Amino acid sequence: MLARAETWWTILKICVEERLVYRGDFALGTLMRFLPIVTQIFLWTAVFASAGSGLIKGFTRNDIVAYYLLTMLARAFSSMPGLASGIARQVREGEIKKFLVQPIDLIGYLLLARIAHKVVYYSVAAGPFALVYYICRSYFPGWPPTEVMVAFLLSLVLAFLLGFFLEATMGMISFWFLEVSSLLFVYMLFTFFFSGHMFPLEILPEPWRTIVDFLPFKYMAYFPAAVFLGKVQGTELVHGLMIQTAWVLGFIVLCRMTMQAGFNRYSGYGG
Amino acid sequence: MSHHPSYLGVFLTFVRNSLVRDMTFRANFLIDTFSSMSWMIMNLGFYVLVYQFTPNIAGWGKFEFFVFIATTMFVNSLVQAFFMPNAEELSEQVRTGGLDFALLKPIDTQFLVSLRRISWSSLGNFFVAMLLLFYSVPRIEGLELSFWQVLLYPVYILMGVLILYSVMIALAATSIWLGRNQSLYDFWFYITNFSRYPMEIYQGTWGTPLRQLFTFVIPILVVINVPARLIAKPLSWEHSWLAAFGVVATLGSLLGSRWVFKRALWSYRSASS
Repeated sequence: MLARAETWWTILKICVEERLVYRGDFALGTLMRFLPIVTQIFLWTAVFASAGSGLIKGFTRNDIVAYYLLTMLARAFSSMPGLASGIARQVREGEIKKFLVQPIDLIGYLLLARIAHKVVYYSVAAGPFALVYYICRSYFPGWPPTEVMVAFLLSLVLAFLLGFFLEATMGMISFWFLEVSSLLFVYMLFTFFFSGHMFPLEILPEPWRTIVDFLPFKYMAYFPAAVFLGKVQGTELVHGLMIQTAWVLGFIVLCRMTMQAGFNRYSGYGG
Repeated sequence: MSHHPSYLGVFLTFVRNSLVRDMTFRANFLIDTFSSMSWMIMNLGFYVLVYQFTPNIAGWGKFEFFVFIATTMFVNSLVQAFFMPNAEELSEQVRTGGLDFALLKPIDTQFLVSLRRISWSSLGNFFVAMLLLFYSVPRIEGLELSFWQVLLYPVYILMGVLILYSVMIALAATSIWLGRNQSLYDFWFYITNFSRYPMEIYQGTWGTPLRQLFTFVIPILVVINVPARLIAKPLSWEHSWLAAFGVVATLGSLLGSRWVFKRALWSYRSASS
């Protein structure tokens, strides 16, 4: 047991060091990622100025800006750049064989590598994030009460897990189709549109508004932001967290099942 | 053999080669076309949603704005088809030393590295833009197109493409100094992101300087605003000076980027060969 923990700890440490090589690129990249927010602020200011009413579906202009900033944070947790495509590449090139030979669990390894990736990302990105949030502090309604804050943090962690297992499952599909890049692109489009990263989901008309409630995507961007802004409260909040947890558990199982099924039909292409 | 290569002949060869290459992987070609189209359609969907709540955005009515989006799609599809793959490859060639071969050829280096590959699948959006334009123009109230508008619209789209090309090749050329410019595409996306909105939305303490910066220093706001205005809102006074300025901005960008490119080439030291 101890040896096992030590193995995982070593893997985590190596992954962190590997990640730190590119820290300069990281910090700059993070700051640049906020640039589209600037245009969104101008765009929504113009929309509210023309709309005449100060409220669109319960959102003021400041709410919308705060919403976009918060979804950036949620996406920092739930987005998994290169995870599915990395699995697909390993399957295609035969590198995945090492997980069949070595006593290391593929999903566990990927999860640790991803945690290392995120830990480094947050430690470097904390500066740019804090800076932008400080500059934009007037858009926020203020700190939410403690219990909401706890729910918010919990939803962020769940968003990370959901993003990880959902995308890892997508990656496992490459055991069946060798080239999944187009499938991943469609998945990316769906998450962008239906996670609420592009706009608050409230502005969707029916039946789309109801449909997104039954999809897992909204828990990766919309839900944490809505929790922070107090759009989801009381029992609704508790239910939301429970459904989010259910999605996470569902994809943990699905991910493992697809991996096992994939291993069974894997025929080891490449060198 | 003449000392001046036929630029048109070389260009047509590039066009043909790229088409042959794209058609070799036909399924991939179709998927690429489809995915770049679906991206733009999703973007359009966002504005359809926004226009539920407001009659206009900074003076742009729904169908006027659709013309704006169609213009964006025209410009972007042309840039992505002709220049994007080449600019990406330039950075890679600098890193690997492959640029040596381009320098040795008896043809203008900038021409050669800018047009070598043409991504035909990116032109899918060109046709979506065409449909969107033909759908939106008749629905703009009180709009009557004159002969001049129809004639100048493609000209200004072309100028927009040239401005964006200038920015792109200048950015790509900096990889000669920086060694590697991996985030070129990211940077490109974030900068051109500013050009995708009507310039009227940039107002106020922050907006006005931003608008001036992206009009006069890096003229990316001219790229889409001028042709889109020309079709959708031809009667405003502002338009006439913008149209004149568009010509100046295009020439300035082309000359500026040519200068940056040549300067960068002087600093080129071959690598790993």
